[in-house]
Amino acid sequence: MGENLFANYGEAVAMLLFGIGFANLLLQKNLIKKIIGLNVMDSAIYLFLALKGYIFGRVDPIIIDGDLNAERYINPVPSGLVLTGIVVSVSVTALMLSLTIRLYQRYHTVDLDEIAILLRKEGK
Amino acid sequence: MDIICNFPCISIVMCILGGIVSSALKGRAAKYLNAVLLVCVTVMSACVFGYTMMTGDSFTYVMGRFPAPWGNELRAGVLEGGMALFFCTIMMLCLFGGQEKLREEVEPQKLNLYYILCDLLLSSLLSLVYTNDMFTAYVFIEINTISACGLIMISQTGRTIEAATRYMIMSLLGSGMILLSICMLYDMTGHLLMENIHETLTASVTAGHFHVPLMITIGMICVGIAIKSALFPFHTWLPDAYGYSTVSSAAILSSLVSKGYIFLLIKVIYRVIGFDVIYASRVTDILFVFGLAGMIMGSLSAIKENDIFRMTAFSSVAQIGYIYMGFGLGTQAAMVASIFHILSHAVTKALLFLSASGLADVSGGSRHFIDLTGSAYRNKMAGVAFGAGALSMVGIPLFSGFISKLLFAEAAVRNSGKMLPALIVLAVSTILNAIYFMKTVIRIYTPAQSEQASVPVKKQKLFAAATVCLIALNVFLGLCSDWVVDLIGTGLGMFV
Repeated sequence: MGENLFANYGEAVAMLLFGIGFANLLLQKNLIKKIIGLNVMDSAIYLFLALKGYIFGRVDPIIIDGDLNAERYINPVPSGLVLTGIVVSVSVTALMLSLTIRLYQRYHTVDLDEIAILLRKEGK
Repeated sequence: MDIICNFPCISIVMCILGGIVSSALKGRAAKYLNAVLLVCVTVMSACVFGYTMMTGDSFTYVMGRFPAPWGNELRAGVLEGGMALFFCTIMMLCLFGGQEKLREEVEPQKLNLYYILCDLLLSSLLSLVYTNDMFTAYVFIEINTISACGLIMISQTGRTIEAATRYMIMSLLGSGMILLSICMLYDMTGHLLMENIHETLTASVTAGHFHVPLMITIGMICVGIAIKSALFPFHTWLPDAYGYSTVSSAAILSSLVSKGYIFLLIKVIYRVIGFDVIYASRVTDILFVFGLAGMIMGSLSAIKENDIFRMTAFSSVAQIGYIYMGFGLGTQAAMVASIFHILSHAVTKALLFLSASGLADVSGGSRHFIDLTGSAYRNKMAGVAFGAGALSMVGIPLFSGFISKLLFAEAAVRNSGKMLPALIVLAVSTILNAIYFMKTVIRIYTPAQSEQASVPVKKQKLFAAATVCLIALNVFLGLCSDWVVDLIGTGLGMFV
């Protein structure tokens, strides 16, 4: 168990980061901190994927000098998935930030609990 | 006939293109484009449904003709075709039924945005139904979430923006977990297509490899989808999101969006990880317990509620609990019952939300029970529709709700270990359902004492037509249940 952890320290770090991001997104009251948590969580997954696609001693899958030998290159699929994931996470972050701006303009705070209290006072 | 094999892809692409084109159109034009799209997609889904019924087999559409382990695929069988047809029909009815309300609540220059979101939502639902590739499923889950968030906050009040924020936060937690579990599946198997993952996983399970990672993956994907579809402890975002958004949004969200995720979970259970492996992992026992808890807690919260929309929203929590209880029972019959309940709940909840808005409109826009007294006399159509929906939810014969309760009970009896808790909770939950729905129906049919009652009922042709269709669909599901159950069984058979 311990040896496995040390041999795969990259994956272990990715999982730790995922946990940190997840907890922040779930537990923080401040919306900006929540969004930071979201980005940490997503980046942790991309780190995990990138590690899974990397093969030691090989180069990135861009053909140079017409070398078509597959043994030379790393697995390109996880890199593709990471790129797709980044696009998704950028758009989601943008949406969350715009929601935060809307809430801030209306209630002058980014604390979700305070906003809930203000809403209750509004009583609508 | 081969052209029908292209229909799943064409319908998804058409919806996305429709969304893009709508962004350059005015509100009215976008509305007509959306209506045309919905009709086209409904016809195409009906063709797919008919075609798979006729051939008695599913077909796979290979995107760009890249063969199996590399390319991306869509797959359609009876269940997929039927679900797509059903989703389109319900979406059409929700939109037509809520159109008049939409015109009041959404600023005219933003109306085209609403239809963009609807087009994108439909495309993502269709993709979740048809896709054969896990990563594509993830991407469309996110599109679904984003467009659902837009639908919640289209009326731009403080409440809806806050509800949308909460919805986004919970949904993002869910999609993070789903993405991680998909990455772990890819890590274990080296594939993203459902069939290839299934083959490799079955081989490694028989060889005894990957026990712990597989358990974690199953747990994460189940919890992720449970968060997104508002299973009991994760339901906190739901009442605000459904309760304060405009009525078409509430109807679409409750009857379609959460169901799309649940359908994906069914595909994961059958086609990715395998029915036996999932049940051997005992993760479904946890779903069973939370399903039961949701059935009780959702109904209790609904009883305490004073607002007709929030009450209907809490009732959704209870109904999602029923569906997960079916998964937890772990038999084919229970799965059929769950899928039937997806249909039944979608029809009924759409009807309830539409009619509740009709009732609130004639009560000075108030949604509180006190003001709703006698509203069924002021808007007869909405009163009848709410009554029918309530009867179906409680489980009165002739309506679809009765059949799904019957199927659940039958399935529970055949599972000796879980029979007692399932039957007891089913009975208690039915009684609780009856308490809050009958309370509401009695309230709206009690003549009002004060003279504020006579608000003129507007001409609401679209609303009336939509509710009549929904009631008819509800009764159809209740009366022709044998045919529908057979179809679901055939569809599940095609999954394997």
